[in-house]
Amino acid sequence: MVRYILQRLLLLIPTLLGVLTIVFFMTALSPGDPARIMLGERANEQQLEQLREELGLNRPVGEQYLIYLEHSLRLDFGRSIKTRRPVMEEIQELFPATVELALVAMFLATFLGILVGVLSAVRKNTLLDYTAMVGALAGVSMPVFWLGLVLIMIFSVGLGWFPTGGRMEVRLFFQPITRFFILDGIILWFREGNPAYLISAARHIVLPAIALATIPLAIIARTTRSSMLETMRQDYVKTARAAGIPERRVIFRYALKNALLPVITVVGIQFGLLLAGAILTETIFAWPGIGRWIYSAISARDYPAIQAGVIVVSTVFVFINMIVDILYSVINPKIRLQ
Amino acid sequence: MKRIFSFMLLMVLASALVFAGGKQEEPAAPAAAPVAQPVSDGPQAGGVLVFARSGDSVGLDPGRETDGESFYGSTQIFDTLVEFAPGTTEVQPALAETWDVSADGLEFTFHLRHGVMFHDGTPFNAAAVKFSFDRQFVETHPYFELGPWQYWGYMDMSSIIDRIEVVDDYTVKFYLQKVEAPFLANLAMDFASIVSPTAVEQYGIEFKNHPVGTGPFKFVSWTKDDSIVFEANKDYWGEGPYLDRLIIRVIPDATARYLALKNGEVDVIDFPSAEDLELMAADPNIDLIQQAGLNVGYIAMNNDKPPFDKKLVRQAMNYAIDRQAIIDAVYGSAGQVAMNPLPPTMWSYNNKITPYPFDPDMARQLLAQAGLPDGFSTDLWAMPVARPYNPNARRIAEIVQANLADIGVTAEIVSYDWGTYLDKVDAGEHMMGMLGWTGDNGDPDNFLFVLLSEAAADAGGNIAFWRNAQFNDLIVQAKETFDQPTRTRLYEQSQVIFHEEAPWVPLAHSVVTVPVRTSVQDFVIYPTGKRVFQRVWLEQ
Repeated sequence: MVRYILQRLLLLIPTLLGVLTIVFFMTALSPGDPARIMLGERANEQQLEQLREELGLNRPVGEQYLIYLEHSLRLDFGRSIKTRRPVMEEIQELFPATVELALVAMFLATFLGILVGVLSAVRKNTLLDYTAMVGALAGVSMPVFWLGLVLIMIFSVGLGWFPTGGRMEVRLFFQPITRFFILDGIILWFREGNPAYLISAARHIVLPAIALATIPLAIIARTTRSSMLETMRQDYVKTARAAGIPERRVIFRYALKNALLPVITVVGIQFGLLLAGAILTETIFAWPGIGRWIYSAISARDYPAIQAGVIVVSTVFVFINMIVDILYSVINPKIRLQ
Repeated sequence: MKRIFSFMLLMVLASALVFAGGKQEEPAAPAAAPVAQPVSDGPQAGGVLVFARSGDSVGLDPGRETDGESFYGSTQIFDTLVEFAPGTTEVQPALAETWDVSADGLEFTFHLRHGVMFHDGTPFNAAAVKFSFDRQFVETHPYFELGPWQYWGYMDMSSIIDRIEVVDDYTVKFYLQKVEAPFLANLAMDFASIVSPTAVEQYGIEFKNHPVGTGPFKFVSWTKDDSIVFEANKDYWGEGPYLDRLIIRVIPDATARYLALKNGEVDVIDFPSAEDLELMAADPNIDLIQQAGLNVGYIAMNNDKPPFDKKLVRQAMNYAIDRQAIIDAVYGSAGQVAMNPLPPTMWSYNNKITPYPFDPDMARQLLAQAGLPDGFSTDLWAMPVARPYNPNARRIAEIVQANLADIGVTAEIVSYDWGTYLDKVDAGEHMMGMLGWTGDNGDPDNFLFVLLSEAAADAGGNIAFWRNAQFNDLIVQAKETFDQPTRTRLYEQSQVIFHEEAPWVPLAHSVVTVPVRTSVQDFVIYPTGKRVFQRVWLEQ
């Protein structure tokens, strides 16, 4: 087992190197002088030269690449052009918001997705099954941007249940403690006996989490359903039934456990993709996280920020995939043995 | 299964808690006015105003930053020696009550307001003024290293100011290197804000996160990418502030901003999307405050390249292009037709000029007079990106192309990525090129000299490469005169020459719209792009 994990960790090195290389050439080879693009109408030659010097743009591409690799290994992605702050500092500040949103969304998607998938499989070809699967198809096809606005129209503007965006009611003048606002809310509830912060944080996260969870939820539901259907046809399920074990126990104890294998893969992949979905969700819901930060970095052609953002997101993606692979081998010993 | 059901029950209970909590979360406005006053009695004190904009500030030290979002924050905290009168580009006293100019125009003496305190208790005086400026250009100044002081560079201040001298506690003297009338307007800009020397010494580079000024609002806190909180400076020397607190929030998506405004979560929003404007206009809870922006979008005709060296051809282009159609198709209610290089909110804007009407027949006639009865071929450069003065250059180029085809002129649309585009138009590779400008200091010089002077034809900026001695003399003279009526007259004359010589086809000025809740009173748009809340109050 340890050897397997070590093997997987070793494989990370070429993967991440590949990511670093692609990200570098994506920005280095895009057309136009980045300094000129960033400074716009006002630029004079002296300012351009200064910025080129600062970004190392006046060196040959090969040299730029080596310097960049060296800095990346030290997790030093330089300063953002726009804010002039170290890029890693900004990422550290904003990442918790995205993690909080992604965790809630992923919890929603996994929990509801598996539930819907199992129910559809068990009640195959009933109205419930059809409704769920049509819903899932709609969920996969809906653009997050549009869905977000529709959710705001209905639940914020129409019904007034939830705020349109942000992480916390600004008029509460909240000061973050851990940057995980729900956690902060719980801490403040205990410390000050005032649940207002927790309630506000919870109300703010509902709509963005739903918007972000929709696509993974639909995919997880569909995967669970088909995997469940396949497992239910297996001999051991028939045997269990024949032995008189109650149906509920057969489904949840015996069938679901095996059916979950492909679902775990999908959950892992979706969790990684969630970070991409977060770009749109965070923009619509004014959620101050890493997704929105990357979005504005791209609009401003803030190359150091784009590079660091893409690298961080891909690294998280690669790590989640690795964890899924390891989990897989824990659940299914066959994989370890191969 | 049982476990799942109990879990779901838990979820339901949790969400019930969330909903039930809704009422408790209603904002409690701290210290509202004790007695509600009738509206006609003028401003009411109290309340919290939330202003939603599209992006966060970079930093709150106005000397270091260059972006509008940063100035939105710092403007609330800091004052300048002189300021723009609300809604205009005219300069009026602020921290300086009066000033004298020496006969040769090279010495400015400012007499400062007495009894003003910075938010940290430091007294405001001549030393603070000298400190605020010196740190931006005196290389031996202990805080010069905190730069780069980019706006100082943009406004070329180092070649205007020679040195600053403290005469006594309340008198400060600026020695200039050259006579430069727009200098005074530069002092009303954000980068020229007066900062607390004590706070800069205390915080160093972190001053941008702990700004201390003399302005109507004090800085309270900043949650990155989310919100900045300010509270009223109760000891403010000027009018207001009437609000107890001001919150500037980030909501990146324009439609989401509108929905937050509609929902009453915010009171004022920035940059509404054109598609939402109609809905907002129909909403009884929303007022739209509009003003032409301090910008101009134009097509420059390269005078170095025939046939645009001929005045008749340039005039023909002005007759041939249907500017109203461009406004209707591209700007909608967010634009107005331009006839001058200056925006209409700028002092000295010449409104006696008769704009060229859309008249293709006249255009053909002029071409024939110029010896081109069969038209000619040209290129037409269009920016690849949306700019504040031109939301969609490609679309405009297509309309212009069709207009020109009508008079026998074949125009080929050319575009490059943004950086290359700017380089190539500065080098004069185009025949007809679109570009535009957003003003900095509200001085006409900031448009006419930067975009149309002979100096700018050599150094970049004048992409029409138009060199007109008469025009150039007028704007150089205006730059070196302090007398406002004289300057106004000179600039008005220069616009007449511009109109006759037609180096550009001026296209449009984009209109700035700020939607506010109807409870928001006395909000005024400043042409220079500042968002000022000093005199704003909430009807309760």
